[in-house]
Amino acid sequence: MIYMELLLSFIQIGLFSIGGGYAAMPLIQHQVVDQHSWLTMTQFADVMTIAEMTPGPIAVNAATFTGIQIAGIPGAVIATIGCILPSCVIVLLLAFVYYRCRGLSIIQGILAGLRPAVVAMIASAGISLIILSFYGQRTLPDDLSSLNGISVLIFAAALLILRKWKINPIYVMAGAGAAGVVLYSILP
Amino acid sequence: MKNTGYTMDMKNTNTINSEETICDIQKEPDIQTIQKKQKYLKLFFSTLQLSACTFGGGFVIIPLLRRKFVEELHWIDEQEMMDLTAIAQSSPGAIAVNASIVVGYHVAGIPGAMITVLGTILPPLVIISAISFFYREFRDNVIVNMAMTGMLAGVAAVICDVVITMGKEIFRRKRILPLLVMSASFAAVRFFHMNIILVILICAATGAADTLYHNKNRLKRKGGF
Repeated sequence: MIYMELLLSFIQIGLFSIGGGYAAMPLIQHQVVDQHSWLTMTQFADVMTIAEMTPGPIAVNAATFTGIQIAGIPGAVIATIGCILPSCVIVLLLAFVYYRCRGLSIIQGILAGLRPAVVAMIASAGISLIILSFYGQRTLPDDLSSLNGISVLIFAAALLILRKWKINPIYVMAGAGAAGVVLYSILP
Repeated sequence: MKNTGYTMDMKNTNTINSEETICDIQKEPDIQTIQKKQKYLKLFFSTLQLSACTFGGGFVIIPLLRRKFVEELHWIDEQEMMDLTAIAQSSPGAIAVNASIVVGYHVAGIPGAMITVLGTILPPLVIISAISFFYREFRDNVIVNMAMTGMLAGVAAVICDVVITMGKEIFRRKRILPLLVMSASFAAVRFFHMNIILVILICAATGAADTLYHNKNRLKRKGGF
């Protein structure tokens, strides 16, 4: 049955995509394009583009899109549920252990060791985003001066506003989007 | 609304003394269930709103959740937020979903986690379902692309902001080991593309070893006295 197949497929994607985001891409491709031929490669590339342009995790976006193409709205819901099911179970288990044991000095030590690593990983994700935003590609180009000036400008202004006035990030993001439309329309 | 309810109560109990105790007993659980309901609603709408804004990958939800639940609502403290992020990071699946689950669980247990998961997956579910009917037009739309390019720069700034805030916290402690762990794991992820789970395991082991070492020293000192 198609619903069952969708569910099982996306449970696998949810279970094995560790590190989130782009790490999930090849897994999704393997399941959806190679194994089940639910989407063509072009459709898959489209989904990835759309996923980047819309809010929400890539895996959830891909699940919804695939589900709806294959089996309508119920398909979308089932694929999405499959995608988040492993997370729910594992995260809740870890959270349970955390609240049970966080008083223990050894767990305190482990968490103290993890905190700097969390900051480092977010920093790394941030740098990837800056490169993508400034250069329009995931890796640094050979010619570092080929910056997108408007993006640099919006980035600097947004960071200044965030640091100085502590404005809600949601408004800053919306403002950056509006600034993009205005600046790209005015400037050539 | 809650305030007017209270003053009405006060008036009632003042005029009719004999009913005071009955009133109190009946009101107590009532207020609790209302508060619980309000908490659930707040959780749901907060995550719904945040999830609708997580462009550019899962990490964006961390500063948004931090802003909402640490700075605005004070339901989670700074340290706990980092611990919860570590849990979300070390579990499989989308970071945004994982982070919502731990935050929901922290605030209101299993029901809280279910509510935040629903709030998190609903926006992408609805948006992608709607777009899937005209996704080629959406993808190629000039205005949409302009807004997205601008928003990407904004998202990068939001992430930078949270890294500066969290990093400051680490620097302020003035301990060598956390700084070492931070730089080493940054290099491992950024330059050597090391597996994230491996990085997490090594950092956890380092933290555990550090604690054991300190505990041992403390015991030795105690024995000496």
